[in-house]
Amino acid sequence: MSFKSLPASRSPLEISALIAFWLIAITVSGLFVWLVGDVVVHGLSGVSWEFLTSSPSNFGTAGGIYPMIVSTLLILVIAIVVAVPLSIASALYLSEFARGSWSSILIERGLIILAAVPSVVFGLFGFALFCDMLGMGYSILSGGLTLACMILPIMIRALQAGLESVPDDYRRAAAALAMSKTRTVVSILLPSAAPGLVVGLVLGIGRVLAETAALLFTSGSVDRTPESMFDSGRSLSIHIYELAMNVAGGEANAYSTAVVLLLLLLVINSIAIAIADKLLKRKVKIV
Amino acid sequence: MFQSPTDKSVSFVLQLIASIAILLVIMIVAFLMHESQPALNELGWRMLTDESWFPAENASHGTFGLFPIVMGTILVSAGAILIAAPVGVASAIFNQYYAPRPVAYLYRRLVELLVGIPSVVFGFWGLVVLCPVIAGLAHRVGMQNVPGPSLLSAVIVVSLMILPTVMLMSESAMRTVPSSHIKGAAALGMGRFGVICNIVLPQTKSGIVTGIVLAIARAIGETMAVVMVAGNIVKMPSSIFDPVRTLTANIALEMGYAAGMQRSTLFCSGLILLGLVAVLFACEIFLRRVVWRRR
Repeated sequence: MSFKSLPASRSPLEISALIAFWLIAITVSGLFVWLVGDVVVHGLSGVSWEFLTSSPSNFGTAGGIYPMIVSTLLILVIAIVVAVPLSIASALYLSEFARGSWSSILIERGLIILAAVPSVVFGLFGFALFCDMLGMGYSILSGGLTLACMILPIMIRALQAGLESVPDDYRRAAAALAMSKTRTVVSILLPSAAPGLVVGLVLGIGRVLAETAALLFTSGSVDRTPESMFDSGRSLSIHIYELAMNVAGGEANAYSTAVVLLLLLLVINSIAIAIADKLLKRKVKIV
Repeated sequence: MFQSPTDKSVSFVLQLIASIAILLVIMIVAFLMHESQPALNELGWRMLTDESWFPAENASHGTFGLFPIVMGTILVSAGAILIAAPVGVASAIFNQYYAPRPVAYLYRRLVELLVGIPSVVFGFWGLVVLCPVIAGLAHRVGMQNVPGPSLLSAVIVVSLMILPTVMLMSESAMRTVPSSHIKGAAALGMGRFGVICNIVLPQTKSGIVTGIVLAIARAIGETMAVVMVAGNIVKMPSSIFDPVRTLTANIALEMGYAAGMQRSTLFCSGLILLGLVAVLFACEIFLRRVVWRRR
């Protein structure tokens, strides 16, 4: 920006503002580096193939995190498998089939509200609906379904951004060829909106992996390897929580689990940001 | 556009699926209302007037004072936004108007990655690193026996978590300020900071407020990080070094074994959380429609 190349004024106010802004940025970066650095420095030495593939022993203070990896993946698969088709259908309806209609405005409102619901409230809801009313109890299935509800608004938003980035010329050309709306969507719009689909998917995966509060009383915290999706299972994030809060001497393994989760999420979110940046021209808000 | 019969039926099916969003909102509220019915009927105002929080399965055996817990949520969120709002807006200004290009790029990437750090990792770092530092600090200023987990540690951790929301929203608002306005102001001899205060901030206040409101909503709903660093003692804090318990922390800590009236009260806490978020958004709408419209 040309503005930055303007000579900075020499007045005391201007100079102190300049210094203050730099200090704030340095402090925030410092805190970030402190947090990530601390976790990586203390945790990385404990991460090994052995750690990833063995079961925890002694309440998790020794042994590995294999069952938590399995549980986390199962929860992830359920949440994504349920949420992806629902969000593709919703985004198509909102952006292509009924843009601007009263029902799509109403649904958009609903999505905004849904996005503002705290995750622990999703946990309460999932507990009341899936565990209690539908009788699934503390299970991977309850947890996965709860998270599917939670990530719906984010994924729909990303998909809509993907659809909006498709030039209108494509739609007009398809109409000129007398293609039906459905045909246009299937053969032209969905393939062209693939980046939005990928960003939505990656953001959804990131949210599921990071989530803890909504899983506490839906998937539970049993630290055995789940045999089916009706078993209770402990996710990686809950494992960190349990080790840090409820197990004496669990710190070392909590650090190592945190490194695994943190690195996983940093990679996943970098992918989402990179794709959103390059292909969607920042139409997707990461926050 | 041409609509074939297939299109109509496809559209109808898609509409049904898309309506799940509305169904979910209704179901969430309905379930919370239904589950908190016993507490609302039998306890009613006791949830705010009871002196303490010693919940029991039976209404007559326990006390159900949620007031200090509600205050805990409000204090943590207020403290966090008091730090995150100025720092977030300042970070956005830094990136747009002060930092050289590569620095701005790096800084934005860093803050975007901050979004991706799970709250449980924030909480863990706060618990094992930040809390001891705060305990040491309290010791230094002459307060003995401060355990570390406290209102202050919760405020710091939560402010770090909501900072990206404020910053990224403010920055995207600042990107829309026409450069002709900025150049014009600069040509009139305004310094950088003068341009920011007089031109940029007034034009971007709407986007900044959106960011701040979303950030407060996140702070109210934040659970894991707060459970881990706030100390979780149900009592009105008398200083920032005192532990607090928030509504979210209360649910996370007790839902696992709660039954009867205690369980119902926890669902009611969920309802209060939704209420707080709703009040927040109502304030934003009021600000936009009434206060700003009048000028």
